[in-house]
Amino acid sequence: MSEYIVDATRLLCPLPVIRTQNKAEELVKGDVIRVICTDPGATNDIPAWCRINGHKVLDINTVDNEITITIEVGGLG
Amino acid sequence: MSSQPKAVALISGGLDSMLAAKLVMNQGVHVEGLNFYTGFCVEGHTHAIRKQDQNKPKRNNALWVAEQLGIKLHIVDVTEPYKDIVINPKHGYGANLNPCLDCKGFMVQKAYEWIQKHDFDFIITGEVMGQRPMSQRKNTLPVVQKESGAGDLLVRPLCAKLLPPTRPEQEGWLEREQLLDLSGRSRKPQMALAAKFGFEDYAQPAGGCCFLTDQAYSQKLADLWQARGSRDYELDDIMLLKVGRHLRPKQHFKIIISREEGETRFLEGYRKQFVNLITISHGGPLALIDGEVNEDDIQLAAQLVARYSQGRSAAQVDVEVKYMDGSAKVLHVQPLSPNDIPEQWHI
Repeated sequence: MSEYIVDATRLLCPLPVIRTQNKAEELVKGDVIRVICTDPGATNDIPAWCRINGHKVLDINTVDNEITITIEVGGLG
Repeated sequence: MSSQPKAVALISGGLDSMLAAKLVMNQGVHVEGLNFYTGFCVEGHTHAIRKQDQNKPKRNNALWVAEQLGIKLHIVDVTEPYKDIVINPKHGYGANLNPCLDCKGFMVQKAYEWIQKHDFDFIITGEVMGQRPMSQRKNTLPVVQKESGAGDLLVRPLCAKLLPPTRPEQEGWLEREQLLDLSGRSRKPQMALAAKFGFEDYAQPAGGCCFLTDQAYSQKLADLWQARGSRDYELDDIMLLKVGRHLRPKQHFKIIISREEGETRFLEGYRKQFVNLITISHGGPLALIDGEVNEDDIQLAAQLVARYSQGRSAAQVDVEVKYMDGSAKVLHVQPLSPNDIPEQWHI
């Protein structure tokens, strides 16, 4: 299992989802992505994208205006 | 083809594409969704920026539709290739700078490339004959089919019976009788079908999903092109057109002034790319200057920004100017009065 960072700060949805999706396509099941973003819409959109594509949200952490969403890549990525 | 046919549905997030995908899924076809991000998608952007809108639901409708349908959704960033569609639309614009027919052809073409790459069999769209004045007329539906290259692999389940049979119908992958013959602008048949499928919650009828259909937005884009002397744009340009008050006091520069806290926070992300101004003696907006400016221009911009601050009635307002090289200075200015701001400055 490896960990990767996706910097999606300043990007508005759906760009954080697209950046996450494109990263996940390069990875294998069990890899972890930490998506750093500033658009609060990502807290809805990235979990929705995970649900329909078989990935798992491990954590959503917000500090000031910066949100870190940690996801585990599933087998359907 | 594998034993189960595979189709990709263009999912906008609206009701029509949702119903079209569902009709095909009901015939046993494996369906996945495709959604294209052009940079002009209304989806969530203003909600994300403006603080006053942040209590509204922020769901992405395309993702939501995919979840309701139980299908995967692939979101594709087409901002770069899409520029050519916006700048040089072969079939021209609609009421504003919306190149709807070229746009539809482009998206179907991209979907056609996608099915070839991913070994899918055909494409589904939610088009309804006669629903849109530009891209969904009887004589333009075949244009999309032809110019996209998709040909008879493009299925419009909601109006398929009004069109010649497609290859999926001819091959028996789809039963033509189970497809529909909807036409016109009425939404009642779609709403009835949604009720039949148990879809109680769906986005309002499409048309408002693209900023290019918006008159005020199109005026700002036209102004940008005119001021620069070229019809081109970068992603940051078109994002900034969605935010703030835009005023052009002189041909060679404009000022983007935030209207509330959320917009100020968004514009802060651009402070290193633009000369920017903020009032410091009074509460007020953040402003970016787009264009090459001299000190007289900056003085005028500072007075303008002061006008939109809480110090608008004060004799003097202190405005901090930050330059792109990191240097800064403070100007002490008299705010412009409303009479000093000609209507034509407002873009």
